[in-house]
Amino acid sequence: MSEKPSDAEILEGLAEIVEEVAGVAPDDVTADKSFVDDLDIDSLSMVEIAVQAEDRFGVKIPDDELANLKTVGDAVNYVAKNV
Amino acid sequence: MTQLRLAQTAKATRILGFGSFQPERIVTNDELSQHLDTSDEWIRERVGIVERRFAGADQKLVDMAVAAGSKALADSGLSPSDVDTVILANCTMPSPIPNGAAQVADRIGVKAAGAFDLNAACAGFCYALGTASDLVRSGSAKRVLVIGAEKLTDWVDPTDRANAIIFADGAGAAVVGPAEEAGIGPVVWGSAGDLVDMIHTRDDRWIFQEGQSVFRWATTKIAPIALRALEAAGVTPEQVDVLIPHQANLRIVESIAKKLRANGAREDMVVADDIVYSGNTSSASIPMAVDHMRAAGRIKPGDLALLIGFGAGLSYAGQVVICP
Repeated sequence: MSEKPSDAEILEGLAEIVEEVAGVAPDDVTADKSFVDDLDIDSLSMVEIAVQAEDRFGVKIPDDELANLKTVGDAVNYVAKNV
Repeated sequence: MTQLRLAQTAKATRILGFGSFQPERIVTNDELSQHLDTSDEWIRERVGIVERRFAGADQKLVDMAVAAGSKALADSGLSPSDVDTVILANCTMPSPIPNGAAQVADRIGVKAAGAFDLNAACAGFCYALGTASDLVRSGSAKRVLVIGAEKLTDWVDPTDRANAIIFADGAGAAVVGPAEEAGIGPVVWGSAGDLVDMIHTRDDRWIFQEGQSVFRWATTKIAPIALRALEAAGVTPEQVDVLIPHQANLRIVESIAKKLRANGAREDMVVADDIVYSGNTSSASIPMAVDHMRAAGRIKPGDLALLIGFGAGLSYAGQVVICP
C-alpha cells in the first residue's frame, strides 16, 4: 500500500484474513473481541493470521509480539503503529 | 602424474522397495490426557494426531531399524548380500558411541557394510536418500539400504504436554539401486543454523521446540523448497501424484499442500496424513508414510512422489521420486 491504511481499513483487512484462516464471519471481527476467548482462534492460527497480515500490510509481527496481541483492537493498533 | 581410476558410475538410481516398523503399543489421546493437562479434542485440533505408537522399554532404536530395513529388502526382492551400504538416519540414539548403522547392517546380514548414521533430524530421511542415490551413481556403493528410525520417547519429557503428545517411535526404510532411468531426482537441501534454538535439547535431556516459531518457519519456508525440488527434477507441480511431507503436524502438512496447489498442484494430489495414527516419528515419518500408503493402495507403482523433510538444525531436504 502506498498510503498508510486507516484503522477501519486495517480492521477490514484483518477480518478478511481471520475469515480465511479460521472461518470466522467478518462481522464478528470487531476491535473489542479477544482472538482466543471470543473468536476461538488458537495459537497456530494466530501465526497464520500474522503471516498473512505481514504480507498484506507490509509489517513485521514477530512471535514474541504476537503474544501481546490479545484483541482485534490490539492487532489493529500494532499494524497502524508499525506500518 | 599417476592417473587414478574412478569407480564405475551408474546412469541413474531408483527406489527398489520400502518397509516400515511400528511398536505394538498404541497410545491414544485419552491415555495421555490421564496424566497431562490436555484432551483428545485439543490434540486433534492442534496437531491432528488420534493415536501414536510408543516403543517398550526393551525395544531399541536399532531393533526397529532392523525390522524396517529387513522388510524393505524383502519388498525389493533382494537379499542382504545385494546391499553393501547402510545409512541410518536418526537423532535419538541413546548415546553418540557406538553408531547404530553398523550393528543394524550386521543384524540384517549385510556383511562388512559401509555403514554410518546421519543426523539431520526430521529431514534425515531425505538427506540420507539423496546421499544414497549419489553413492550409487558415483559407484561408491552398489545398493544402499536407507533407514530412518527413532525412539523419540527416550528424549521427550513425559510430563511436557507440548511435546509428549506429538512425538512417537518407529522406523521406515527404502532400498536404493542403479537404474537406466532416473527414479530419484536431485536432492535440494539446506539448513538455517542461525535458527538452531527453535528446536533443541533442554538440559541435555529433553526435546524442546518453540511451537509458534517452528510452525511459522515450516508453513512459510518449506513449500518453496519443495517447489525447488520439483524444478530440479524437471517436473511441474501438476505432475505430482503424491505429496509426502515430514509428518510434523497435520496443519503444517495441509499448509504445504495448500501452497503447492496454489502453485499448480492438482486437487486430487494424494497428501500423506500418516501422522494421524503414527504421530511425529522424525526421520522415520516419510518412509513409514510411503509404506503405509502403498499398503493401503493410496500410492501405486509409478506414482510421482514429492518428499520433503524439515526439522531441527534447522535442516531441510526434498526430492522427487518414482514409487516402486
